[in-house]
Amino acid sequence: MGQVPSYVQWGFIQISVPNLVVIVLMLVVFGLALVLPNPHRRVTGGPR
Amino acid sequence: MSSRQSAYYRGITMAPYDLIKEGLIAIAVVGVLVFGLAGVLSSPDVPPLTVQHVATTAPLTFLQTALGELDGTDSINNYGPPYNRGTGSVQSLGPVSLQRLAGVHIPINTAQDMVLGPLRDVARMEPSVAAALQIFGHASTTQQGAWEAAYGTALARARVQGTAVQLPAGGYGPVAPMLTGLLTLGRSGLLEPAIDNSPRIYSTDNTRSILFLQATALPAAAASSHLVGSQWGMMNETGNYPGQAWLWLYTLGYQIPAYASSPNADALVMASIAVLSLLLILVPWIPGLNRLPRLLGVYRLIWRDYYRERAALAPVPPAPQPLVIPGGRP
Amino acid sequence: MNLTTALRQRLRRDVVLDDMLPDELPAYVHSYVYLFGIATIASLVFVILSGIVLAAAGPTWWHVSSVGHFLNSVHFWSVQTFFFFLVLHLWTTFFQGAWRDGRGATWAVGMLCFLIGIGTAFTGYISQQNFDAQWIAEQGKDAMNAIGIGAFFNVLDFGQMYGFHIVILPVIVSALVGLHLLLVRRLGVVRPYPTQAEEVNP
Repeated sequence: MGQVPSYVQWGFIQISVPNLVVIVLMLVVFGLALVLPNPHRRVTGGPR
Repeated sequence: MSSRQSAYYRGITMAPYDLIKEGLIAIAVVGVLVFGLAGVLSSPDVPPLTVQHVATTAPLTFLQTALGELDGTDSINNYGPPYNRGTGSVQSLGPVSLQRLAGVHIPINTAQDMVLGPLRDVARMEPSVAAALQIFGHASTTQQGAWEAAYGTALARARVQGTAVQLPAGGYGPVAPMLTGLLTLGRSGLLEPAIDNSPRIYSTDNTRSILFLQATALPAAAASSHLVGSQWGMMNETGNYPGQAWLWLYTLGYQIPAYASSPNADALVMASIAVLSLLLILVPWIPGLNRLPRLLGVYRLIWRDYYRERAALAPVPPAPQPLVIPGGRP
Repeated sequence: MNLTTALRQRLRRDVVLDDMLPDELPAYVHSYVYLFGIATIASLVFVILSGIVLAAAGPTWWHVSSVGHFLNSVHFWSVQTFFFFLVLHLWTTFFQGAWRDGRGATWAVGMLCFLIGIGTAFTGYISQQNFDAQWIAEQGKDAMNAIGIGAFFNVLDFGQMYGFHIVILPVIVSALVGLHLLLVRRLGVVRPYPTQAEEVNP
């Protein structure tokens, strides 16, 4: 982990691979949290 | 729950929850994650760039840097507040310069603080340096300038032979033995403490010793690690590690051509970030912006089970009572 | 006006234990997005605990000890997960319009937690006494000087930056996070946007 990381260039945007991994992971985790079926839990009853 | 919250959640299906247990589980899971990352990936710790390293591996760079500090051509000498009354780096926004208004509170004179002061320490051990300082101190500023200029010209044609720097013969007066003495001090590793621990020992203020290397050596080392501004460096970290990715908008400011080419780049970026931050804080009260989530509709995904349940219920039950906030809007 | 009475009445109104520590919540918080807030808090717990150990052992320890370096790694990665989950929590609350129904202050205080957290991290990076710190300080000085605070917030002064990082800013951030949690629990999680039928038939 001591070496200089590689960089990705996209137009004028320059981003290190570790940073890109973090940002992509954020989008993936957020997306999954949105679309995964909610865990089923028992409820105290119908609408109060 | 309180009657206030009971009223707010009327008509809404509730579920049992154990907040404390949930919190402890979250701490356990995040703990495993964080300890795992720490154990497997470790963290970066690249040692600082020392004057000793520069003096030993790049003596010509050291001498050029030291000469710039002695003759006052180093950019810090013309920087402006808080270091001095220079104008080289004074920024403003329109007619207002907060930098100038703040004034000089960290007075820095590179010749005294970074060269002559440390040399007075060397002079106690090295008679030749003591003698050179005497001659230099008693000469006129014109004479001092002439010696410095001659030395600077010669440095461009100097050669490094082993550990020795070989200058062509010339009239450098005391400047040559002075800067050679400073080079020796640098190579011993004692220049930073000599600069920082004066006038008080045990100083934790590294302002002057870090600024000693700011002209050439530090930026060169940073560029090779991709940490320079034009390389989006603010977001980056030494080694193969994520940096401060949350500084992306701040870093982006420096890539905008109008900002990057302006002498007021820092002031412009800081002002822009301040305005955007204020907008972000005030989103709830900004008309239009506060209706954006409704328009975007991502909430339909988040609460899809709730909406499905409401649609299935027939007839449509009375909607939850709008919460009335004194003086506010629901 | 009796200040003590006023404070007691204010607290009695706003800090209701049944709301602070409920044992039932709206069923819609089952959605995974509701985990990001507590994950941010959990990360902060490790930032602070590892920070306390690092502070107790002094700023040199983690450079010379492998245990110290491991604690620094815990501190480093918990800061990364803190901002990771914080931003996801921000996205979530934005898309929910979570400031509705009197919750504007909750949003504003949360945003302050974010911004001052960034400042706290910044002073931390500067306190490392390594190349990263050296460079960030040397560069950062221009931005601070440009807005006139460079002499009062001298990023090149290790002692000052370290003091900000281990005392002043953590106290402020912790107080803001505490206030944020209090505000969240005072009113409870925001309701979903009303359906069209509910808007027509309030």
